[in-house]
Amino acid sequence: MIRFLLQRLLLIIPTFIGITIIAFAFVRILPGDPVLLIAGERGVTPERYQMLMQQFGYDQPIWRQYFDYLFGIFQGDFGTSISTKRPVVNDFLALFPATVELSFFAIIFAVSLGIPAGIIAAVRRGSWYDQTLMGTALVGYSMPIFWLGLLLIILFSGILGWTPVSGRIDLFYFFPAVTGFMTIDALISGQDGAFVSALRHLILPAVTLGTIPLAVIARQTRSAMLEVLGDDYVRTARAKGLSPRQVVGVHALRNALIPVITTIGLQVGVMMAGAILTETIFSWPGIGKWMIDAISRRDYPVVQAGLLLIALIVMAVNLIVDVLYGLINPRIRHQ
Amino acid sequence: MAFKKGLLTATALVAFTAGAAQAQTLVYCSEGSPEGFDPAPYTAGTTFDASSRALYNRLVQFTPGTTQTEPGLAESWDVSEDGLEYTFHLRPGVKFHSTDYFTPTRDLNADDVIFSFERQWQEDHPWYAYSPGITWEYFNSMSMGDLISSIEKVDDLTVKFVLNRPEAPFVANMAMDFASILSAEYAAQLEEAGTLDQLNQQPIGTGPFEFVNYQQDAVIRYAANQDYWEDVPEIENLVFAITVDPAVRAQRLQAGECQVMPYPNPADLPTLQNDPNLTVMEQEGLNVGYLAYNTQQEPFDNPEVRRALNMAIDKQAIIDAVFEGSGSIAKNPIPPSMWGYNDDIEDYEYDPEAARQLLADAGVEDLSMKVWAMPVSRPYNPDARRMAELIQADFSEVGVDVEIVSMEWAEYLAQSSAVDRDGAVLLGWTGDNGDPDNFLAVLLGCDAVGSANRAQWCNEEFEALIQEAKTTTDQEERAELYRQAQVIFKDQAPWATIAHSVVFMPMTNEVQGYVMDPKGGHSFEDVTLAE
Repeated sequence: MIRFLLQRLLLIIPTFIGITIIAFAFVRILPGDPVLLIAGERGVTPERYQMLMQQFGYDQPIWRQYFDYLFGIFQGDFGTSISTKRPVVNDFLALFPATVELSFFAIIFAVSLGIPAGIIAAVRRGSWYDQTLMGTALVGYSMPIFWLGLLLIILFSGILGWTPVSGRIDLFYFFPAVTGFMTIDALISGQDGAFVSALRHLILPAVTLGTIPLAVIARQTRSAMLEVLGDDYVRTARAKGLSPRQVVGVHALRNALIPVITTIGLQVGVMMAGAILTETIFSWPGIGKWMIDAISRRDYPVVQAGLLLIALIVMAVNLIVDVLYGLINPRIRHQ
Repeated sequence: MAFKKGLLTATALVAFTAGAAQAQTLVYCSEGSPEGFDPAPYTAGTTFDASSRALYNRLVQFTPGTTQTEPGLAESWDVSEDGLEYTFHLRPGVKFHSTDYFTPTRDLNADDVIFSFERQWQEDHPWYAYSPGITWEYFNSMSMGDLISSIEKVDDLTVKFVLNRPEAPFVANMAMDFASILSAEYAAQLEEAGTLDQLNQQPIGTGPFEFVNYQQDAVIRYAANQDYWEDVPEIENLVFAITVDPAVRAQRLQAGECQVMPYPNPADLPTLQNDPNLTVMEQEGLNVGYLAYNTQQEPFDNPEVRRALNMAIDKQAIIDAVFEGSGSIAKNPIPPSMWGYNDDIEDYEYDPEAARQLLADAGVEDLSMKVWAMPVSRPYNPDARRMAELIQADFSEVGVDVEIVSMEWAEYLAQSSAVDRDGAVLLGWTGDNGDPDNFLAVLLGCDAVGSANRAQWCNEEFEALIQEAKTTTDQEERAELYRQAQVIFKDQAPWATIAHSVVFMPMTNEVQGYVMDPKGGHSFEDVTLAE
């Protein structure tokens, strides 16, 4: 197990270098000179242009810029935002809990609905239920996130008035951010109704963000379950006269869930991408919205650091999934 | 203390939403996050709304709803005969905000004014680079560094600015956001604590509201400044609920989650206008969208040709199709809400017949040209591509073949500035300080050829007028000079002036006393909420 863990950790180094190169190159491939964008219609004199280029370090040769960037990262310096003039890491740490909170509730939503739905579909394979469910999953999977988000707002907030339109909590609640997780901070504050308000604000964005993972998890659970149900040991269990509940719930599920866990892990990456759109629609102050703003402003250091930090998180999650997988299924370790 | 204050605010807010409207709270669904709370390093209106307009004052201020200036923190000012010395007399007894992080021991004085400017000007000033990467965009782009020779403290309540050359727009410049007055005493306190960055995160000003708290990218809270030197705002709590998506802002407004929102989607306007609970204010923005010919290239160096092309453009069709009614035809290079606007000017009438004739008279046949279309949507031009297509169709009516070119925005800005660039460029401008000089000299002056003057147009007569206006201090005299300059502009036609956009501000009916700012700012000091 330790050897397996070390192997995985060693693999992180080249991956990390690769990601830094991609993050670094990506923002430079984007068209647009940040200095000119800052100047806008106002124009900029050649001397001032030179000065700004120098200030941002863009007058250096590319390789030099890259090594300065890499060197900075190892010192925990991810650069300074061009627009806010603040260290990028500070903003990231301030905003990241909001994204984690949203993703957490989205994944809870996706898993708690997706796994049971997939199991039932597998057990009643070919029934109208199965067909409806798989059809719905396909729709959910193909629905553009921004469109779904707006649709939910118009229906549930606008027409029915059940949920708030956007934001993280009703504005009359006001307490200091301790953990950055609104639900936890609301509980700590002890203010009446604050926690419920925070939960109500989570519903629509979590559903929006969780829809694609929900569809994927439901389909994956169904197919994994079908595969397991055809295996010999399940037939044996059935033959021994175990109740269907025991066969499915105890014997089949345990093995069927292994690939599903991998899928859930992979969905974390998908969710990071989805969070960018979801957060923008719901005014959710997380790193997704932060990245979108940064891209539109050509705020190189923010885009670069954001890409890198998100990639690191996805890598960390994948590592955890690999380890979990290894624990559940020892065969994997020796492959 | 911060927490206690927060609780007080929270209690007040709960009381308000419970219907016992003791404390008035206004929620404004703003369109984006401020870059910081020190206005001087930034150029975005979103930042100014959250900083300079809520928290600070300037020596001079704009009369609400106009581009005229009036006394602000300076009660009055004298200008020397030669126009080189401006002496500002400060209002006595102006208090800086007293918050849990700063308690002022003295009123506003000359030191605060000197601090606020010198930090942007002198490279060896301890505050010149107080935050990594900080730059003074506006101060520099207005060439204030070259303009100011010295800033002197005459006495506690008198400050003298000595200039290197006469500059009539100087008073208007002093009303701009970058000229906000910060507290030198607060700065000294931060220097002592070694936390210079705080200036940008925990601001102290003299303005109508004081800063309470900012949750990044989510909510900014302000409380009324109870010691405000003008009328204390009736709004006790001001909240900016940052909501980036315009469709969501509209939903929030309709759901009562906020009372005012800026920048609605044109598509949402009919719904908002038909909602009986809402009022949609509208005003022409302080901007102009134009098509600039390159007057240094054949055949556009011939004014006849430019006039002919101007007559070929059906502007009304453009207003209808591109602005969907949220714009008006422009005949001058400055918007009508600005002083000095010459309303006697007559626009070129849309007349393809006459245009074709004029082109023939000028000996232009089989002309093919480029029209540049910006890749981004701007206030003065929501869809340049569509506009270019309409112009293409209009020009083909008079036998001119148009190729539309477009490129990435930064590239567009750079290449369209080049003197040897071909064809005609679509672009526009939004005013900074309400002074005609900010349009006429910046966009059409000889110094701006090769940069902001996209027509590459340098006309002696026009230049003489705007230079004279720059050095004249009497506003009525200046207005007359600008009116004459507009006559020359119209006759020489370096641009086809196309449109001024209309800006919409939807709000709930309970919002009273909101005045739209032609310069596009949003301030709430005079707003009240009806029961």
